[in-house]
Amino acid sequence: MNDLLKIGNEYFKSRLLTGSGKYSCDSIIPEISEVSGSEIITVALRRVDLNSKHKSLMDYIPKHMKLLPNTSGARNALEAVKIARIARASGCGNWVKIEVISDNKYLLPDGYETLKATEILASEGFVVLPYINADLYLGRSLIDAGAAAVMPLGSPIGSNRGIQCKEMIKILIDQINLPVIVDAGIGKPSDAALVMEMGASACLINTAIASSPNPVLMAEAFSNAIDAGRKAFLAGLGTKTEYAVASSPLTGFLHE
Amino acid sequence: MSNFKSILDKWGSFDFDKFIKTSNKNIIEDILHKDYLTDTDFLTLLTPASDSFLEKLAQKAHKRTVNEFGKTIQIYTPLYLSNFCTNRCIYCGFNRDNRIERDILSLKEIENECMSISEKGLKHILLLTGGDRVKTSINYIKSAVLIARKYFSSISIEMYSMTSDEYSTLADLGVENVTLYQETYNCETYKKVHLSGEKSDYDFRLNAPERAAEAGIRSLNLGVLLGLSEPIKDFFLAGLHCSYIQKKFPGVNVSISLPRIKEATGGYQTGIEVSDKQLAKFIIAFRLFIQKGGISISTRESECLRDNLIPLGVTKMSAESKTKVGGHIKNDGINQFETSDKRTVEEFHASIKAKGYQPVYKDWVTI
Ligand code: SF4
Repeated sequence: MNDLLKIGNEYFKSRLLTGSGKYSCDSIIPEISEVSGSEIITVALRRVDLNSKHKSLMDYIPKHMKLLPNTSGARNALEAVKIARIARASGCGNWVKIEVISDNKYLLPDGYETLKATEILASEGFVVLPYINADLYLGRSLIDAGAAAVMPLGSPIGSNRGIQCKEMIKILIDQINLPVIVDAGIGKPSDAALVMEMGASACLINTAIASSPNPVLMAEAFSNAIDAGRKAFLAGLGTKTEYAVASSPLTGFLHE
Repeated sequence: MSNFKSILDKWGSFDFDKFIKTSNKNIIEDILHKDYLTDTDFLTLLTPASDSFLEKLAQKAHKRTVNEFGKTIQIYTPLYLSNFCTNRCIYCGFNRDNRIERDILSLKEIENECMSISEKGLKHILLLTGGDRVKTSINYIKSAVLIARKYFSSISIEMYSMTSDEYSTLADLGVENVTLYQETYNCETYKKVHLSGEKSDYDFRLNAPERAAEAGIRSLNLGVLLGLSEPIKDFFLAGLHCSYIQKKFPGVNVSISLPRIKEATGGYQTGIEVSDKQLAKFIIAFRLFIQKGGISISTRESECLRDNLIPLGVTKMSAESKTKVGGHIKNDGINQFETSDKRTVEEFHASIKAKGYQPVYKDWVTI
């Protein structure tokens, strides 16, 4: 089955995007990539250290993986744009995940500033993947701004509450003609399977893998769940009865 | 516009002693199940009522920390630029009354120290001065920051409290973090231990973090000198200060330090002791109260204790610290206080790894 994920002009077999920066040791990254098949990895530019004395993050990222630098630390559009430009100039490529967060308590993304940064960076030739609240109007504006995908959060980061924004994500999937990659709040493989069954294009999993006592096995579990969810979506889920058959029918009198 | 003083005033008539004595352990179970704690929950956790729940609370704090920060510890080191001081803080070795040799690094010496520190692989520097606005003027500090920028990706300062304009100048130059301890929130104690000089102005210092945030400083590190006054009340108010800053300036990262008073030149002692257990409890309670806040532990504490505190919620630690002027190349002069953990950066790196954590040197990019 030739079911590939297309972002910008590139194609990927895996629909699992992985993170970095939360592992107890980055030397685990190659193994995570291998068992999970993940081909795209996010890196926070603030952590990228090209002249580190110790072996550092970039030394561990397998060469075949696509780098998705993120603008973690940016508080407004201008800062996100600057960070993206530094990332490109330092050899991290022209993909960027825009994170504009100016609330350090809940870490919710600022849609307005994200949109502005997307517009600027897309016009400069970046492949832009904005991290957003699942909001239809913002999604539509991001299409016009030139985004290559949208990355709605499943739940507030770190809340481990499963997919609380499920209904809003469903609407994005239905209406937004771009890959919808669910990011943040996915606590367990079944959460990932759920959004994939709904038709999400991919998932980005960071904390749930990194904080597991066995990150490698957990990465494999996520990969399988995402695969299963995707196949279920492609196959088409069987009809689910959305109503109960009552023992005393309300419309029975019509047949008497 | 209101400031933190108005919050302090609200708590002014609260009977802390009674609350601390009468808090009941039955409430702790409820607090354990909450996602977000109220101010009173935080205070309750700091009291002896939580003693028998310490392990459960520690497990929760650990989980939260790993979720938010991963298994990582950020590493930085301090560089003292000068020990000239016009203040009389009676607990400090650099206090004006102490007859010690005073020294200030020349720009060339700053460059040499920075070079030597960066050769150890460090990327985050904390620049410190005593409280002397003439010897260590803003212009001198600006020059020091410009030099440090060549060697480090993140610059913090721990200096006298400044005006908004001064903070704004330094923020524009790339100073990311301001570390500023109120030392104690107890006004009376504050007056007793800060005999004269600009630092004896309680309100000017109290409002400094807000001035810094307004001026564009991205991250603030607050704290009290544990042992100056009643520790539960003092640490509680420091936590409230962090929470207040987080609400008023959501774009600012807040963190807390928990220095315990150490004997320095002058030999000031308060008789108030904060035990290791209490220190651990404070870390745990802070993590549960301010989930995304940083927690910093310096080399004041011993190797063994620092290693054991890591999983409870600590996110930042200093390494190979010198508390005299210079100290990496220039190595004479007197310490502000004695450090306990004397491991080199490499040794400390190895211990963090052995603990199953990743030492993080670079976590910022100057934009
Ligand atoms: S604490 Fe700071 S201001 Fe006070 S005496 Fe020491 S160096 Fe001077």
